[in-house]
Amino acid sequence: MSLKTPLGRVLGLGSAKEGTDHFVSQRLSAIGLALLGSWFLVSMYLLPGTHYLEVVRFIGKPINSVLLVLLCITVAYHSYLGVQVVIEDYVHAPVSKPLALVVSRFAHIFVGVAAAYAVLRIGLQI
Amino acid sequence: MRNSGRPLSPHLTIYRWPITMVLSILHRATGLAMSLGLIVFAAWLVQAAAGPEQYQNFRALMSQPVAIALLVGWTFAFLLHLGNGIRHLVWDSCYGFEKQHANASAWAVLVLAALLTAAFWVVKL
Repeated sequence: MSLKTPLGRVLGLGSAKEGTDHFVSQRLSAIGLALLGSWFLVSMYLLPGTHYLEVVRFIGKPINSVLLVLLCITVAYHSYLGVQVVIEDYVHAPVSKPLALVVSRFAHIFVGVAAAYAVLRIGLQI
Repeated sequence: MRNSGRPLSPHLTIYRWPITMVLSILHRATGLAMSLGLIVFAAWLVQAAAGPEQYQNFRALMSQPVAIALLVGWTFAFLLHLGNGIRHLVWDSCYGFEKQHANASAWAVLVLAALLTAAFWVVKL
């Protein structure tokens, strides 16, 4: 039995029932990125140089390709979750809020897929 | 906010910022900065996939002083966000909330991020 008023029910007020999922997803992707991001930073530190051949050789090494694709997906996802919270915190206008959320989601998916696709192209060419 | 002449609770501009407050807003700022950096990260991979000439142009662009400054900034942003993120995960496990612990971990994250950023770029530059 619900104690909500009929009007409140019709307007869909109350909890969205998906806050925990966002919280957990953010933490899990954070743990993944702590590992993948640290690996990437150390790899960049150890990279002999940043010329074309050195970089392509690094990206194309199978284990690096796999970790880079994972990094692309996880970082785009984690970034989306973070930007979503920032938009929800600061943007309240009826049109600009959903618009910003949709643009952010599309942009993150585009950048993540483009980066992952680039890694695959390099990996498969070698 | 309109100034109605009524008394106002102390807030951002009135408090002397404790270090925990600085880290809190820096976590969000560094996260947003890295969201923009993600575009450059993706561009790096895409240009590398596009071939030697395109990559060489990208490399020249990213060797400009302004671009190097951005890369140093993103290195610091990553390390601070990483350290503070671990701090958040520890809090999620219900540890480290005491005032002296929260203050100490905040300073530790800030100093470590600065030192590691310096260590990384001293070698690279």
